[in-house]
Amino acid sequence: MASLELLFRGARVIDPRAGRDEVADVHVRDGVIVDIGSGLDGPSAEIVDGNGLVLTPGLVDLHTHLREPGFEQKETIETGTRAAAAGGYTAVAPMANTDPVADDASVIAEVRAAAARAGLADVFPVGAITKGLEGEVLAEIGEMAAAGVRVFSDDGRCVPTARTLRNALTYARAFDDVVIAEHCEDASLSSGQQMHEGISSSSLGLTGQPGAAEDAIVYRDIELARLTGGRLHICHLSSARSVELVRRAKADGLRISAEVTPHHLVFIDEDLRTYDTNKKVNPPFRTEADLDALREGLADGTIDAIATDHAPHAVEEKEAEFDRAPPGTIGLETALAVALTELVAPGYVTLPRALESLSSAPALILGARDHGGPIEAGRPANLVLFDPEEHWTVEPPFVSRSRNSAFIGRELRGRVRCTMLHGELTIAEGKATR
Amino acid sequence: MNRHLLSIDDVSAEDIVRIMDTAESFREVGTRVIKKVPALRGRTVVNLFYENSTRTRISFELAAKRLSADVINFSTGGSSVSKGESLKDTALTLQAMGADAIVIRHSSSGSPFQLTRWVRGHVLNAGDGTHEHPTQALLDLYTMRERLGRLEGLRVAIVGDVLHSRVARSLSFGLVKMGADVTLVGPATLVPPDAPHWGVQVSYDLDEVLSKLDVCYLLRVQTERQRLEYFPSVREYARLFGLNRSRVELLPEGSLIMHPGPMNRGVEIDSDVADLPQSVIEDQVTNGIAVRMALLYLLLGGRRGDGEEAGDG
Repeated sequence: MASLELLFRGARVIDPRAGRDEVADVHVRDGVIVDIGSGLDGPSAEIVDGNGLVLTPGLVDLHTHLREPGFEQKETIETGTRAAAAGGYTAVAPMANTDPVADDASVIAEVRAAAARAGLADVFPVGAITKGLEGEVLAEIGEMAAAGVRVFSDDGRCVPTARTLRNALTYARAFDDVVIAEHCEDASLSSGQQMHEGISSSSLGLTGQPGAAEDAIVYRDIELARLTGGRLHICHLSSARSVELVRRAKADGLRISAEVTPHHLVFIDEDLRTYDTNKKVNPPFRTEADLDALREGLADGTIDAIATDHAPHAVEEKEAEFDRAPPGTIGLETALAVALTELVAPGYVTLPRALESLSSAPALILGARDHGGPIEAGRPANLVLFDPEEHWTVEPPFVSRSRNSAFIGRELRGRVRCTMLHGELTIAEGKATR
Repeated sequence: MNRHLLSIDDVSAEDIVRIMDTAESFREVGTRVIKKVPALRGRTVVNLFYENSTRTRISFELAAKRLSADVINFSTGGSSVSKGESLKDTALTLQAMGADAIVIRHSSSGSPFQLTRWVRGHVLNAGDGTHEHPTQALLDLYTMRERLGRLEGLRVAIVGDVLHSRVARSLSFGLVKMGADVTLVGPATLVPPDAPHWGVQVSYDLDEVLSKLDVCYLLRVQTERQRLEYFPSVREYARLFGLNRSRVELLPEGSLIMHPGPMNRGVEIDSDVADLPQSVIEDQVTNGIAVRMALLYLLLGGRRGDGEEAGDG
């Protein structure tokens, strides 16, 4: 249902980058925004009634696992970007831990081509920092950067030695503001870990990893960013100490950014008491104090972005003994509603800040220039229109090929009505257009 | 009582008293020439053992057989499990065969919880990973009450590798629930730092606590290589935490020495100490059958044949 000309009428337009929050009309034609204002006229345009709805830049996910190539039983680029569109996303950054690993330009090209065929979201592949994610030899960062890759990460694995990370941060400086994104976890402190180490792990009999496993590496990496002047991004923060370390690093003027997942903004270690494998994630859910610090860090901008870490796994992999189930939860279809329900409604963050952290902030880190606003004439029409009030309960089936959601059974508020990618609706009236 | 026995959380203090009282009446069955009552005739109990544990499996098997239940032993060696069948598929198979109760032993913490999502029968945890071993705790409580006449106010030390011990968890939770005074003793690396939240005390000095005990409960020390990162040597462990003859002298008269078995003689307990009259390790084994009979009976709502009927679940 490609719509060449469309007029969103009377929605609350929240554009964090332009600082706009007002009821307005937005006129879209041929893939771009042609006008924004009140009482706009578009005689040949299809009208979308935005009354009571919010219109904002399409969401951008810095941290997605699309699983293709290699793990198509969990997700494909097509099913994953379809889930993204359903969740209001217009851009996603799939992680490099595929098979083969996205550690050279040919894999990147393959992912891009599959994404273009699907046409459901702009896909910005993340390249590996080291060959095969093995933490030893640098991947061909230069070649991938030339192919347009902006973020590099060995996600799921922490670059094991300070020496290798130092070289990566230094080497990457040559290539136009490339970002090194780290999964911060000291493997020797987290070996065998199933959850956060604390009161809950002690009584559940599950091997824990202390917050220090993250904090020690966040500290190391910040010092390496200071040493090299490289640009560092910290993936999925989980601990209060780490938030504080990032806050201080930013105050020191270092080039550092950070993300948090929707699920780490909701759950704590006690939520594992029924051994629900869908709530087994890495890093693990920590304590109430950590949760408070993450919310505060997101509110004050210490944490730049909400990133889903959408991690699909096959049913049989998650329906297993807790220590055998792989970590991760899907998140693309629930992130916006989780933010509205669990962050905005209780007053932890404002609606504009929540939307900034879901769109314009990650777009800047990712270098996704067509995304994250501003909503202005001449800009690409990547938008999402959502109902901030609609209640729904998270239940399978999902648009994603997998259904390992930590939020199953949870009642949420806020639902996507339309997702627009370069002027075409991928989601219209809450339903996929193709 | 709850439908399942997954952890000590599933039983209240009143339930524990009822389990012990019921076990008391079943103990007598074990002394008869014909050691059998018809309470669970026609019911099927499956022992699903993913870990070798001869004594726990035999104890459950005898308990079920003495109640006249049909017993199936399903162990991992040589079964479909060794062909890679998942826990869920195994559970569904046992369900389809009409298992009324499944007794599960598994190396993964939480497996009994997962089993309850897939089967309609009652699930009894016979030890899951480093989580809990509630039937062991209940038989230990029974043995303490039998020997010392009470549980409330008893001073109990649990000594050894608390961190990895499912027995220590269940026993601590059970004792605290019954009003006992529990101290965990061991190398600091083997006592969870958050253990005080269980309502227990922690000490790293066995000699200091011995004189104030009613029960000294020794845990089996794992001497596999991966455990040895927690303390320098078995020798040093035995010197600091092994119960030897001179330490027994520090115990008050009338106090008990207990061990869930199997023992490492010469490591956590000296051989001659294990054989002292105040060591009730064999009583624990005998009582285990009666306590497991009581649990199966109470959970499955069996008939005793004398008109009395247990409540269903």
